[in-house]
Amino acid sequence: MSRRQPLRHVTFALGVAITALLVLTAALSFVYTPKDPLAMSISGRLQGPSGDHPFGTDQYGRDVLSRVMRGAVTSIAVGVVAVGIGAGLGVLLGILSGYVGGWLDEGCMRLIDALQGFPAILSALLFAAVFAPGVVISMVAIGIAFVPAFARLTRAGFLELAPREFVVAARALGARDLRLITGHILPNTLPPLIIQATTSFPVAILAEAALAYLGLGTQPPHPSWGLMLKEAQNFLSLNPWFAVFPGGAIALTVLGLNLLGDGLRDLLDPKTA
Amino acid sequence: MRRYVLRRVATLVATLLLVSVLVFVVIRVLPGDPALVIMGTEGSPEAAARLREAMGLNRPIVVQYADWLWHALRGDLGVSIQYDVPVGRLVLSRLPLTLPLTLMAAGLMVLTALPLGLYAATRHRRVGDYAAMVVSQVGIAVPSFWAGLLLILLFSVRLGWVRSGGFEGWSGGLWPGVRSLLLPAVALGLFQAAVLVRATRSSVLDVLREDYVRTARAKGVRETLVLGKHALRNALIPVVTVAGIQLGQLMAGSIVLESVFALPGLGRLALGAITARDLPVVQGVTLFVASCIVLINFAVDLAYGFLDPRIRHE
Repeated sequence: MSRRQPLRHVTFALGVAITALLVLTAALSFVYTPKDPLAMSISGRLQGPSGDHPFGTDQYGRDVLSRVMRGAVTSIAVGVVAVGIGAGLGVLLGILSGYVGGWLDEGCMRLIDALQGFPAILSALLFAAVFAPGVVISMVAIGIAFVPAFARLTRAGFLELAPREFVVAARALGARDLRLITGHILPNTLPPLIIQATTSFPVAILAEAALAYLGLGTQPPHPSWGLMLKEAQNFLSLNPWFAVFPGGAIALTVLGLNLLGDGLRDLLDPKTA
Repeated sequence: MRRYVLRRVATLVATLLLVSVLVFVVIRVLPGDPALVIMGTEGSPEAAARLREAMGLNRPIVVQYADWLWHALRGDLGVSIQYDVPVGRLVLSRLPLTLPLTLMAAGLMVLTALPLGLYAATRHRRVGDYAAMVVSQVGIAVPSFWAGLLLILLFSVRLGWVRSGGFEGWSGGLWPGVRSLLLPAVALGLFQAAVLVRATRSSVLDVLREDYVRTARAKGVRETLVLGKHALRNALIPVVTVAGIQLGQLMAGSIVLESVFALPGLGRLALGAITARDLPVVQGVTLFVASCIVLINFAVDLAYGFLDPRIRHE
């Protein structure tokens, strides 16, 4: 539309770089961490950063750098599964709503409205009350919170595309509903859904950290950035660095993913550029 | 207009009913036997049977739901297992903390986001705009509970200016209460403001491209007046929507911040209830908060209809 923003390429490149760093760190942590992330050492508790422990140690003397590295795996896993749950259920609801229509549409829309009343924290509270708190609860609770956005986008796409000529033509040629939905309409609604998935991913990582912090998500001794912050809070005056690094890891990751999402939106949706 | 409002109210009622069904299903149906959840592994079969009888779990599930809903509608959310007091009273007793915290955070959010978003829009693609965008990107990336921890680290551990948590209540006047909610409200509101900054900026930018803004400028209207009267007013419509949705997010966020600052609000009530397997309290708190968020969304929807007449005729 107008001249390219000079910073656009910079932010996108930065997003790609930070995201790559996150993925590489997570992958590397499977084969190498500076120390064993679960190895305790009574004598080396709550140390500040040093040559031996660049990020310091926690209340059991475990190496914080190694645990932050391994924590990336938790964040990515929860993010991917949660977005998958949200996209899967949301797209299904959106198709029912937008393609079938009628009373089913009305019902689906009210369900979406109702689900909007349940942010991840609220669903997690509910689930944790009847099942044991854990990483699965995080994934499901965060996923449910994403359902409304995916459902609305899919519904809007189906409402817009179903009456179009190429769909009518395919139907006239004898295509069944399933073929029309999966082969003709859904592929054309993908760009906004892909953008939604990329922007949901950092939100999921923030939510995972919050749930782990509250004790509803990832449980010890598994390293999770949110869980580490919960532990660090008890030792703020003894080792403030313990609270700095895991939080920094969350912020840097979310920043990178958001920059990446912004860049991707510009690429896929030239209208907003 | 009346038809529009009536239709919205009807959908609101349907939505609230669904919210109650969802809460009921998770607490009473999914676990199979809620009595066993409450008793844990150490309960005897006889005791579980007694509890089942007392909770009315032997009746058909639909009857149980209808009964529970009927009582909930009259404000009776059951009795807490842990405290042995009505859940409704427990929820009400925690509101004087959670509600002011949410509202203070919302106030801080709007007071920061509107000026910053407006400023960024007027400096479009100049240094000020980029600076505001960098600040808001960082704000979005920082989790509010980590911000809270860092504030505690700075203001109470390092500087020793404030206590690191706890609530002084409202009995001693306004200031002691506000003071104990100030840091959590800052952590919650300032960082949530980042999203609203971006919404305000893009909305103002859209409006500034409108013909009536160009006309006003051509007539020689002062720039401050153009911004304040012509641009901001019209730009506010989408901003109100975003802010409304965020109000619900802030309410959920206050649950986390209460944990950071050891504040006895709704969130701590629910978290404590989970450890104590106090199902009626978890059920009551989640039903209450989810209903509040749905009501806020409804109010935003309605406000949108009033502010923008085009919506009503859809």
